[in-house]
Amino acid sequence: MTNAQSTAVQEKSSRRDWLLSDAPASRRQAAWGKAYRMWLQFRANHLAMTGLVTAVLLIVAALAAPLLATHDPAGIDLVNRLQPPSAQNWLGTDDLGRDLYSRVLFGARVTLGMVVAVVVLVAPIGLIVGIVAGYAGGITDRILMRVTDIFLAFPRLVLALAFVAALRPGVTSAVIAIALTAWPPLARLARSETLTIRNTDYISAVKLTGASPARIVIRHIAPVCIPSMIVRVSLDISGIILTAAGLGFLGMGAQPPMPEWGTMIATTSGFILDQWWVPTIPGIAILLASLAFNLLGDGLRDVLDPKQE
Amino acid sequence: MTAPDLSPRGWNRFAAGALARGGGIASSLAGILVTLFGLVLLTFVIGRTMPIDPVVAIIGDKAPPGMVEQLREELGLDRSLIEQFWIYLTKLLQGDLGRSVMTGQPVTADILQFFPATLELATSAMIIALLVGVPLGIIAAARQDSIFDNAVRVISLIGYSVPVFVLALVCLLVFYAKLGIAPGTGSQGIVYQGMVPFRTGMIVLDAALDGQWDAFRDALAYLAMPALLLAFITMSLIVRMTRAFMLEALSGEYIVAARAKGLSETRILWRHGLGNIAGRLFTVIAVIYAGLLEGTVLTETVFSRPGLGFYLTRSLLNADMNAVLGATLVIGVIYVCLNLLADLAQRQLDPRAR
Repeated sequence: MTNAQSTAVQEKSSRRDWLLSDAPASRRQAAWGKAYRMWLQFRANHLAMTGLVTAVLLIVAALAAPLLATHDPAGIDLVNRLQPPSAQNWLGTDDLGRDLYSRVLFGARVTLGMVVAVVVLVAPIGLIVGIVAGYAGGITDRILMRVTDIFLAFPRLVLALAFVAALRPGVTSAVIAIALTAWPPLARLARSETLTIRNTDYISAVKLTGASPARIVIRHIAPVCIPSMIVRVSLDISGIILTAAGLGFLGMGAQPPMPEWGTMIATTSGFILDQWWVPTIPGIAILLASLAFNLLGDGLRDVLDPKQE
Repeated sequence: MTAPDLSPRGWNRFAAGALARGGGIASSLAGILVTLFGLVLLTFVIGRTMPIDPVVAIIGDKAPPGMVEQLREELGLDRSLIEQFWIYLTKLLQGDLGRSVMTGQPVTADILQFFPATLELATSAMIIALLVGVPLGIIAAARQDSIFDNAVRVISLIGYSVPVFVLALVCLLVFYAKLGIAPGTGSQGIVYQGMVPFRTGMIVLDAALDGQWDAFRDALAYLAMPALLLAFITMSLIVRMTRAFMLEALSGEYIVAARAKGLSETRILWRHGLGNIAGRLFTVIAVIYAGLLEGTVLTETVFSRPGLGFYLTRSLLNADMNAVLGATLVIGVIYVCLNLLADLAQRQLDPRAR
């Protein structure tokens, strides 16, 4: 072993000791140590790691789609339509001769883009509504929870379908529609978390120091709700993916020629009997994406929020 | 203390309990009414924000201008939104959801015609899912981390990750096109179409009631694949919940006590374990059953089975807004009622929830 290598090993083990120290010397050390322990626990869960790796690969594929694609996803080539997978077209071609591999790659962009848009819209709304309802209590709580119940009273896809029909089909409408159906469970969760910590001693202590309700909510309640929200959102992502694909399949989501997975299946489902791979390949993409986020969510739940089912 | 003293006191306690329980039920009923009102309001708002002019949707854009005005007045579209909502609500209470542009029939009649087929599909899927899912979940929990448990977990994970319409297409490919052991799309073979009189609207049941056993077998064969498919997805959710509840129950002290008493594992599992999780399980099952309505939308579309979901998607593609909103509202109401039922059942079955 050379000198440089042994110092590297020593440095690594001392960093590990620093992270796993029983007596952290600073706040920073304690926080990093906690995160490291969670990571170790997460890493030991093979299924969760599979989910994480697949999800990361999907995100990379979506971001680097123009670099990874072998063809223009919209490039029509009617001579080579419905070709089986080959060296030329890795996953074959669709009914207009477009390269399926490139379209599935760009489809990851559409799907993950929709997921990000929905999460960005929904997480703050759910958090705010839930915390306000839980912390304010009384009539505010009752009204907010009643509204939540109304939105929860429809199966997700059905409400999204009605909204999209009213808004006119497209990706933006699909995102709004899915967001409208996705915030109520988060609000419920944030409310129940708030209820359990509202009357704890440390909140009373903060109140005694004269903190305003806004400060209490933002600095002391919201951070406690975040872990369970992360778990819930990550488990919900697969639901968002499936709903987006379902909308696309019913012709109410992304519109052709956009390479959205559900839409791709809808436009080629007629070929299932003869050129089965054409609609099946985007189907496998949906399954992989939804599976990855379910595994990831399960793993995160075990680490961040063991009391939830 | 004497016996006569005890009895009224016990009785009082019982009465008080019943009153409190009645109060709980009354307040949840009141809550349901508010939710239902909200549902109606929500569908009304969706209907009024749509970019398609309902007048144009009915008579087309080439109609003479006078007629447009007349129809607008007839539909009440010239009045204020609050008045319009009031009209919508009063008509709704009389069971009038408007007329479907596509079928030319009242939406209520359409729904009554299409809904039984969905009920048939969803119920048969639910029965299969329960019969398979609950035992699998319980056994998996009893043998936690065994090969069996892991296999069940992976299968159920795939079940709730797979998009139902993809699975439907693949099943059609494999069982209909390749193996030829299942009939294709639709709900009846072409020979039997129109042969079975409409009684309940559930084609399998109708054929049996009419004694047409060939038609019965035919309809059952058509029902089998979509039902099994939905059953698989539903089962995945049921297994997951049953397993989780059971694992929690098995760590309870009363299980230790039962073991200490020397009861057999079978009895502990099925009598004490299942008995304890039954209430919560019932709630979850009612919610999953309601969620099946969503699965039927996609399944019926792929299999071209004439049910409520098929009606909904076909109306959507034809911009038939009355039909869309009517079907959405009906699904919402069923959803709410099932949730209420779950709530009441849990109060009955699980004393901790009272």
